Amino acid sequence: METLIEFFSFKYPNVKYVVFGTILLSISSSAVGCFTFVKKKSLIGDVISHAVLPGICISFLISGSKDPFILIIGAFLSGWISILVMNKIIQNTKIKEDAATGFSLSVFFGIGILLLTFIQHSGNAAQSGLDTFLFGKAAALVGKDLIAFGMIAILVLGTVLALYKEFKLISFDPQFASVIGLPTKTLEFILISITVLAVVTGIQAVGVVLIAAMLITPAAAARFWTNAFHKMILLAAFFGVISGVSGAFISFTAPSMPTGPWMVMVLSIIALISFFFAPGKGILIRQYKRFVIQRQLLEENLLKAFYKLGENENHPKREITTNDDKLKRSFSSNQLKKGLKKLKADGYIIATKSGWKLTQEGFQKGKRITRLHRLWELYLTKYLRIAPDHVHEDAETIEHVITPELEKRLQELLDFPTSDAHQPAIPP
Amino acid sequence: MSMVGDAISHSVLPGIVIAFFITGSMQSVWMLVGAGVLGVFTTFLIEFLHRQGKIQTDASIGVTFTWLFALGVILVTYYAGNTHIDQDCILHGEIAYVPIDLLYTSSGYPVGPKAVIVLSVLLVLILFFVIAFYKEISITTFDPSYAQSIGISTGKWHYLLMGFVSLTTVASFESVGAILVVAFLISPAASAYLLTTDLRYMLLLGAVFGVISAVGGYFLAYWTNGSIAGAMVTVSGVIFAICYLIVRLRK
Repeated sequence: METLIEFFSFKYPNVKYVVFGTILLSISSSAVGCFTFVKKKSLIGDVISHAVLPGICISFLISGSKDPFILIIGAFLSGWISILVMNKIIQNTKIKEDAATGFSLSVFFGIGILLLTFIQHSGNAAQSGLDTFLFGKAAALVGKDLIAFGMIAILVLGTVLALYKEFKLISFDPQFASVIGLPTKTLEFILISITVLAVVTGIQAVGVVLIAAMLITPAAAARFWTNAFHKMILLAAFFGVISGVSGAFISFTAPSMPTGPWMVMVLSIIALISFFFAPGKGILIRQYKRFVIQRQLLEENLLKAFYKLGENENHPKREITTNDDKLKRSFSSNQLKKGLKKLKADGYIIATKSGWKLTQEGFQKGKRITRLHRLWELYLTKYLRIAPDHVHEDAETIEHVITPELEKRLQELLDFPTSDAHQPAIPP
Repeated sequence: MSMVGDAISHSVLPGIVIAFFITGSMQSVWMLVGAGVLGVFTTFLIEFLHRQGKIQTDASIGVTFTWLFALGVILVTYYAGNTHIDQDCILHGEIAYVPIDLLYTSSGYPVGPKAVIVLSVLLVLILFFVIAFYKEISITTFDPSYAQSIGISTGKWHYLLMGFVSLTTVASFESVGAILVVAFLISPAASAYLLTTDLRYMLLLGAVFGVISAVGGYFLAYWTNGSIAGAMVTVSGVIFAICYLIVRLRK
């Protein structure tokens, strides 16, 4: 607790720089990340981050200085060129998007490594520290970096705010955007430019590899909580801020721990929690829903089978033995075991000496499902002119979802029929 | 699937660190095992998030590999005091050091550089795999539904192929680094693909381009006094550019 207070009192200027630096960086990269995410081009961030290396080296070779602004210009240009190369390859050849992405990323990085080692071996004393651009130095941010981050964050966020509607359109529906006369090419140019800008600044904090996470992960996590795009951006930025602050806090309490990787770790944990537990879209809730539906289907199918077995004997509530051939043919033993247990618990069947018997409720329910099945079969043959031997499968699925209102309409439409396409009686 | 190679090459890092932590040795075999396990886990996680989580592929790749890489870097820093592994060597690799790391027989007689032996064994394995099962691999790759209908298990061949991709990645990155491995996986194949549509020619041409990049890169590195791996990738990029120009001019 004391360390927490100490941390947030910002007693040390360094802590202040790191916290605000990472917050600014997280907000701008998560915002642009949302756009690349909905365009299904999340890995663009990864390409840019690797491709800036040759630009940095060349601008160092030309200028001979490590002034961050000169390096950023070089980085910006080569990041842009890599995207251009990637797009040209996709447009003009049969090479697919993922191969073009990997190609652009790795070849630019290879050229960068060649240039970097060339510079390092050339004996130029000023070069040392050029590779902080590769691995980031979030824990060593200083006031000057903060100013640069702040300016770029304002530029990125200002552009996103000003052109929000346009960016949203070209990301979701580029054809529509160009039809209504938006300058899609210019907008695309601006969007990629601010993405490159956000990546170039981010690299200095978290490094080449992990900056990709700062773009992708918040967006992917936020997508699980909302369908509204503006909420998604806000949420992604919020996740980014949490990760920035906790990354800074962790390396504050344990100074040997790197800030950047911990930021990504926190982000990934948030993302994994979202993937699994988010209400509505999370993996667990969807699995649970599927389980409930499957159980309901099994229950209804069993009741229908019980009803039909009794119907054949003209003795609707007769006893069904546990090893009845018809039951065994239609259901696996596991299904039977689980389904019968559930039916008994729900009060639809009762156990007898050598088997099972439908209760009054079970009988009613089984009858209703059978009726729906046959009504639907009749409807398909009569109104849609589908051959009687093709309607069974369709009726098998729809019988579970027909509502009482729809059932009433069907009966009226078919004039309260008493027998269906295959001639068995439709129960009242 | 090209970007999966990229993902694997980064996400094997925690596997290597954990293997080192458990066995306490820098023996390549254990590192390979650790990396192999993580490689398969990566492909599995990407598929899982895509299928069950309904996350688009690009994002599931991005989330997976950055997470595992971050985990790897954290582990490396945690054990930094007592290892020789650092993220530098995993990202860059240095092929020039390969001849130093020799493999000795039990009697102490040097057999040859370790990396060369490991990669030669792998080359033989892959050549055997591709030639012997050429039909199965190509059918499952090009037309999985047809493959399934004639009774070839697509899952089995997919994971076998991905297994070889991870093995190759892991075995190579000691020499060329994690990111440049990807260039070697993609660049020669993409250049060859520009020139031909026949898979057999593409395989041959890809191998030829790979050899040219390796030899040309060595001389370029010698001349510029730079990184050999970087130079090789640069040459492979130049080869791609030439192929691209040839195709564009032909039209």
